[in-house]
Amino acid sequence: MAREIAFVRSEMLGEKPPPASIVGVQGWIKDNLFSSVSNSILTVVALYLVFVILSGILPWIFLGIWNAESLAECREIFAERYGDGTEYACWAVVKARWHQIVFGYYSPDQYWRPILGFILIAVSIAPILFPKLPKKLFFVSFASLFLYPWLIWGGSFWTPITAALGAVIGFFAYRYVTERFGFLFGVLAGCAAALIWWSFISGFAASALQSAIPATIAQVSSLNLAGFVLSITIGIVAIVASLPIAIVLALGRQSDMWIVNKLCTGFIETIRGVPLITLLFVATVLLNYFLPRGVEFDVILRVNILVTLFTAAYIAEVIRGGLAALPKGQYEAADALGLTYWQAQRQIILPQALKISIPGIVSNFISVFKDTTLVSIVALNDPLGIANNIRANSDWNGIVWELYGFIALIFWVVCFSMSRYSMYLERKLQTGHR
Amino acid sequence: MKTSIFISALAAAVALGGLASAQTLDDVKARGKINCGVTEGTLGFSARDGEGKHQGFDVDFCRALGAAIFGDSEAVEYIELSSKNRFTALSAGQVDLLYRTTTWTFSRDVDLKTSFVGVNYYDGQGFLVPTGLGVSSAKELDGATVCIETGTTTELNLADFFRVNGMSYTPLPVGGTTEAKALFEEGACDVYTTDASALAGVRASLKDPAAFQILPEIVSKEPLGPTVRHGDDQWGDVVRWTQNALVAAEELGVTSANVAELANGTDNPEINRMLGSEGALGAMLNLDADWAARAIAATGNYGEIFERNIGENTPIGLARGLNAQWTQGGLQYSPPFR
Amino acid sequence: MADQTIQPPRESFNLSMLLYDQRYRGLTIQVVVLILVLSGFFWLANNAATNLAAIGKPIRFDFMDDTAGYDISQHLIEYNSTDSHGRATLVGLMNTLLVAFMGCVTATIIGVVGGVLRLSNNWLVSRLMTLYVEIFRNVPVLLWILVCMFTFTALAPQPREFRGENPEATMKMWDSVAVTNRGIYLPEPLFSRPLGDIDIGVFKISIELLVLLGLLAGGILFARWNAARANKIQAETGERPTTIWMAVAAIVIPPIVVLIALGFHVGKPELTGFNFQGGINMSAPLIALWLGLSLYTGTYIVEAVRSGIESVNKGQAEAASALGIRPGRTMKLVVLPQALRVILPQLTSQYLNLTKNSSLAIAIGYMDLVATLGGITLNQTGREMETILMTMGIYLTISLLISFSMTRFENRVKLVER
Repeated sequence: MAREIAFVRSEMLGEKPPPASIVGVQGWIKDNLFSSVSNSILTVVALYLVFVILSGILPWIFLGIWNAESLAECREIFAERYGDGTEYACWAVVKARWHQIVFGYYSPDQYWRPILGFILIAVSIAPILFPKLPKKLFFVSFASLFLYPWLIWGGSFWTPITAALGAVIGFFAYRYVTERFGFLFGVLAGCAAALIWWSFISGFAASALQSAIPATIAQVSSLNLAGFVLSITIGIVAIVASLPIAIVLALGRQSDMWIVNKLCTGFIETIRGVPLITLLFVATVLLNYFLPRGVEFDVILRVNILVTLFTAAYIAEVIRGGLAALPKGQYEAADALGLTYWQAQRQIILPQALKISIPGIVSNFISVFKDTTLVSIVALNDPLGIANNIRANSDWNGIVWELYGFIALIFWVVCFSMSRYSMYLERKLQTGHR
Repeated sequence: MKTSIFISALAAAVALGGLASAQTLDDVKARGKINCGVTEGTLGFSARDGEGKHQGFDVDFCRALGAAIFGDSEAVEYIELSSKNRFTALSAGQVDLLYRTTTWTFSRDVDLKTSFVGVNYYDGQGFLVPTGLGVSSAKELDGATVCIETGTTTELNLADFFRVNGMSYTPLPVGGTTEAKALFEEGACDVYTTDASALAGVRASLKDPAAFQILPEIVSKEPLGPTVRHGDDQWGDVVRWTQNALVAAEELGVTSANVAELANGTDNPEINRMLGSEGALGAMLNLDADWAARAIAATGNYGEIFERNIGENTPIGLARGLNAQWTQGGLQYSPPFR
Repeated sequence: MADQTIQPPRESFNLSMLLYDQRYRGLTIQVVVLILVLSGFFWLANNAATNLAAIGKPIRFDFMDDTAGYDISQHLIEYNSTDSHGRATLVGLMNTLLVAFMGCVTATIIGVVGGVLRLSNNWLVSRLMTLYVEIFRNVPVLLWILVCMFTFTALAPQPREFRGENPEATMKMWDSVAVTNRGIYLPEPLFSRPLGDIDIGVFKISIELLVLLGLLAGGILFARWNAARANKIQAETGERPTTIWMAVAAIVIPPIVVLIALGFHVGKPELTGFNFQGGINMSAPLIALWLGLSLYTGTYIVEAVRSGIESVNKGQAEAASALGIRPGRTMKLVVLPQALRVILPQLTSQYLNLTKNSSLAIAIGYMDLVATLGGITLNQTGREMETILMTMGIYLTISLLISFSMTRFENRVKLVER
């Protein structure tokens, strides 16, 4: 009884490819660039802008001269080549002076020191940034606290060793006293032991060891510390030194002790309320007045102290955000276990709060690193200061864009990669939390 | 970390600066180095070269001082100071003296408790304009925009000059020479004003120097000289007379080439006294007898320093002008060595 | 025997309780901390006093009355070089506030437009916005300010190019705006029958401005009263009377009448001598600083706006569209109010950063507070301690005022939770 119905299709038609306007390059362009009238206008305007900017900048960059002895020679070459006053970049200045911009005024045979220092730093922050790495790397972090200053400033190898010994002694004193008299006394005893070692013993120990086994690298005066070495050193010192201060400030601001709370809040808000440049003026101009007569710090140290206080105020707020973001249950659970305030902070609260604060701390490091350009205003030779100094040489007097471009490029590479990392970290921490 | 930085920096760098007291010379001798405050980079006067060494007119005077005290012109630490912190650095003992293109004025000498012990460059404020502007005198600048370097006496002189002449102007104060110059070249201002010593250099470094001219008016007196702390006469004497020795050497025909020969004794008693073969001038300064000879040997006399750093054969191309010897119609005049 | 309640054993207080008893321990710590901090302060202040006395510069503020002696090109209030340092400071402060205000406004506009564009479905535009953000925020702002200054002076025409038969550059907007590399000259409002100024000692306020502001405020008040009346009528009768025309009339007509009565006309800048004269002058450093700060801070606001919009649950927009609300109104009524709660705190800190970064003006010669009080005044008087501390104090006050007012605004839009 099979009835053939004429209008019923017995087999399906094969799939047809979507029309050319939907897929492929054409479709993509239509979807993403010209989906509506306003979108098309936006696209055209954007394309025009890109064209104008690139056509101005690209020839200037790529038709520049790399081989010349002075700006005058660059200009002669351009006059020879074009003859109509057209000029492009004179990259010769970068070729001649890039080492000063990066390494400051180290003598070239000492360049290994800042390079090794940067590698040390990279290795020592690796375990913080990539939790999968073995925890033993933290020993490198501890060692580089003492080795980096030694590499940068030079002197006897035994100075950082004995200084590190002081930290170890302080740690054991802390352990010993904490077990018997509690955390607060532990910290006090630890600090006291370390300070006693540092101020009375380590000097003798270092010189004794030095006379037994001499091991010295050339001292580098702070005056020769310049360029990106200076920027990075100020940035690193500020971040590392400000962390403990910031933790204390953040806990103080969260504390329910009225006086402590108000003091910490006052400090944080005062520092955050003034521009960094005024703090740098304090460092270079006023700090001498606030110290007893005759006590005189090195200018880089003074700048570092103020930049550290500045950073501490900002990081304290980041950490406070981390403390506030912890679920209340964590605090209550710690209380329920009968932990004291310090035990709870140390074992439960701070490890978690610090972990979620890391992206904020990284982005603070980026801003401190960028802010180090301000020290050029107080006559320190950061990269911008060096650029100024290079132009005070009659060979290169008149160069503007090439130096700024080179400096900006290095800043950009460093800051961009760090900010990317911080974003990656933020995403990872977020998923880990839910 | 903080403490370790603290300690290593203390060890590495200046830990206990000299008490800003009366014994600067003793402090310097004990330290083995002079801390000389210089600018953070001024064409011809002080800048670092490709090897990172300081060079320049002011720097050479510091080197001469190093040679006079230690016999080593490298025994100098150059500390770059801004116009803001130079006097603080001096009074706090961070530097022993300033050779930092600092103008000798009444209030600085009296009120700021510093002492100026000489003039190594007689400067004055001048104007640089494009030739196309059609201006031949600074008195025709009514309504102009003027590029100035901020933080110096330049602003005050400029305001005074225009006010006295009943003219108006728009100041464009800029942080550094290079920025000011770049803006001037772009035409952001009609006039560039600064010390005449810098103007010539600025003009020389422009793309087309012939299109610019320096106006004849010099509107201020800018005696630039070494500065020491108030109340330390012994140290002031060392600085003053080392500079005087360089000036006198030029007048007496002593150069870096012939100083070794002349130091053995000449017919001229003043040269003999200065170079130490006669009398005991060095001992009076608490220095060795051949202090001046060493200074001259290290850097040459005043004229040589001038020609090497900023003279007519350098790109800066300054004429001696006011800074010629008094015998040549200039103002450089050393009191007698006796 | 009802009164035989058991008394807790009366503890005698002994000194060790200050350390070991939870009740007193906090107090002990606080007192110790306070003593330490106060003695630290005393030590610093004492050192400063001793040192300053030793070099003969005890802290005094009478130098603020001395003649400043320097000129400031951009000034909102009357100023010349014979005025005092105090007045120069005031000019500097107003310049700081001016550039901070202008910067905050433009940075917000850049941020909001950029934030929306960054989420745009136009591939090219969203990528370009990402590029802009990544390029500008990863290079120090000081460099950007310098770059803006040099770009502006290099690209804008010099005044002399406006001269001659066939000038290379012409004025814009019917010959009323001149863009030169010395600055931008805008037309200024002038009155042929002026009312004069009120001199309030420090500076003068023009009466015309006061009258116009008063009229505007009155018009807005009237419009709001009118709208309230309309709401009431709507509630009673169900029909809403048209209010828009009355509102427009109340706000627009009185000022126009007054302007005509005062003989309002526009003063155009004219090229005389070396420069344009007349009109309102925005100097090149002001423009460069404004641009540099806005572009740099704008990137942070772009990110704030983007994260704010992304933080609003997608269901909110979908629910709104299910209710038939148009996309524009969805953005305005549903998404933005919720996004604002995430955006505002970040916005506050960016406003603060911008204000503080305006102190970099010193690098390009804009005479703000740091360049006047902390710059030339410091150099001329040699009073480092007084000038720097005053500068810091003024910035601190500005910052506290900004964060105070922004916090109040934040509280108003805060989500009221259970």
